[in-house]
Amino acid sequence: MTDSGGRPENVTDKEVTEVAGGPQEGDPGAAPLVVVENVNKYFGDLHVLKDINLTVNRGEVVVIIGPSGGGKSTLCRSINRLEPIDSGRILVDGKELPKEGKELARLRADVGMVFQSFNLFAHKTILENVTLGPVKVRKVPKEEAEKHAMELLDRVGIASQAQKYPAQLSGGQQQRAAIARSLAMRPKVMLFDEPTSALDPEMVNEVLDVMTELAREGMTMIVVTHEMGFARRAAQKVVFMADGQIVEENTPDEFFTNARTDRAKDFLSKILTH
Amino acid sequence: MSQLSELFDFGPFFDNFDLILEGFWATVRLSAASAVLSLVIGTVLVSFRVSPVPVLRAVGAAYVNVLRNTPLTLVLLMCALGLNDTLALKFSDDPGTTYYWWAVTGLSAYTGAFVCEALRSGINTVPLGQAEAARSIGLTFFQSLRMIILPQAFRAVIAPLGSILIAMIKNTTVAAAASYAETATVMKDLLDLPTFNSGAIPLFIGVAIGFMLLTLPTGFFFGWLAKRMAVAR
Repeated sequence: MTDSGGRPENVTDKEVTEVAGGPQEGDPGAAPLVVVENVNKYFGDLHVLKDINLTVNRGEVVVIIGPSGGGKSTLCRSINRLEPIDSGRILVDGKELPKEGKELARLRADVGMVFQSFNLFAHKTILENVTLGPVKVRKVPKEEAEKHAMELLDRVGIASQAQKYPAQLSGGQQQRAAIARSLAMRPKVMLFDEPTSALDPEMVNEVLDVMTELAREGMTMIVVTHEMGFARRAAQKVVFMADGQIVEENTPDEFFTNARTDRAKDFLSKILTH
Repeated sequence: MSQLSELFDFGPFFDNFDLILEGFWATVRLSAASAVLSLVIGTVLVSFRVSPVPVLRAVGAAYVNVLRNTPLTLVLLMCALGLNDTLALKFSDDPGTTYYWWAVTGLSAYTGAFVCEALRSGINTVPLGQAEAARSIGLTFFQSLRMIILPQAFRAVIAPLGSILIAMIKNTTVAAAASYAETATVMKDLLDLPTFNSGAIPLFIGVAIGFMLLTLPTGFFFGWLAKRMAVAR
């Protein structure tokens, strides 16, 4: 673990699971948090996810990179079933996601999601955005939820904007508010679907800083991004996806300096030269 | 000359002003109750129409297509003569009360179909990401509809809802067919009086102004509300 984001306690987790090889419901400490098994998905005739297998351990930060249309976002969205899958299964904390209904809603609450276009609730203030989930889904008393929300907003640096509406904030502030909204649910894992792609360049770092901090605190994260700096800094694993397949899984250092597959080398040569 | 003064003789209008006011009061009572009930019906219907359950969607679509394409007169006659008189499904033993509530029911059932369609177009203005974000924090379908989607959809269609309510207020005149005595009934009764031989045009003008006094403020209010409640994106 030469990359800066790795934490020693995580290594033990990882080794145990790798030996055990697969989800073990009886032992939550060791079992991987997210398991994607033989997942296939089609958009009509288009085969967008081709037999995907991926394991994410507790506290691990996995960055998914690759060319557009390669299935990165679809994979990310299928983990909390915003995209239904056609075959295979996806386990979060040892449980398979149910098809629809209340049970699915409850499991979704454990999986935080941050979108490219922020998707803050436009008719609610920032504070209301952050407290809505805890109050309505987790049944946390309003006062307690607001206290926690203010702590989170403070942590992402926008506590002073709590009473404003999303449209009054900059993109970077909105995205940080969206991260706070997800964190308020105390999720087991956070999904980031190109969280900085819709931001002005000068606002990218404020969001990446929050994410790096989260990674350092031990949050399990699956991040679809084109930010190579973030991948090097915070990730334990890089997953390279192209044409609906996972082409390469590697450590960030290995991947960026010495990628194993030609497809990845080709991709990297195109983005790292400018 | 005498014919012309007869033509614009507002005498009979003011002579019967009390009756006409009573008629308008009945119109207001019918409009107010129907406005509330049709918004409720429209909201329930639209949640059927966008629901993930196919049966509910089918029920919603069937309801809207039947009610929206049936003349209001038929709907109200069905309520008053069919359900109330023939099948004796009465709200009350007092004829005034039972016809009033049948008029409210019929008018609301009809207007609700239009409210539903306005709301449905409002839902289409809410970006898909709002629903995805709502689901991602664990809200169920109906929670996200109630807390996230419908509040934004309502704000987007306040102005068209105003138009629907204005149309509804004017449609109350059809309630005469359902044996409910409102402004149009009073007007017709006055015209039918054997003693009423002049001033028909002033009567029409007076009643038209009366309706405008109800509908113009409604329009202005909804216009103002639409601006005030607009969701900034």
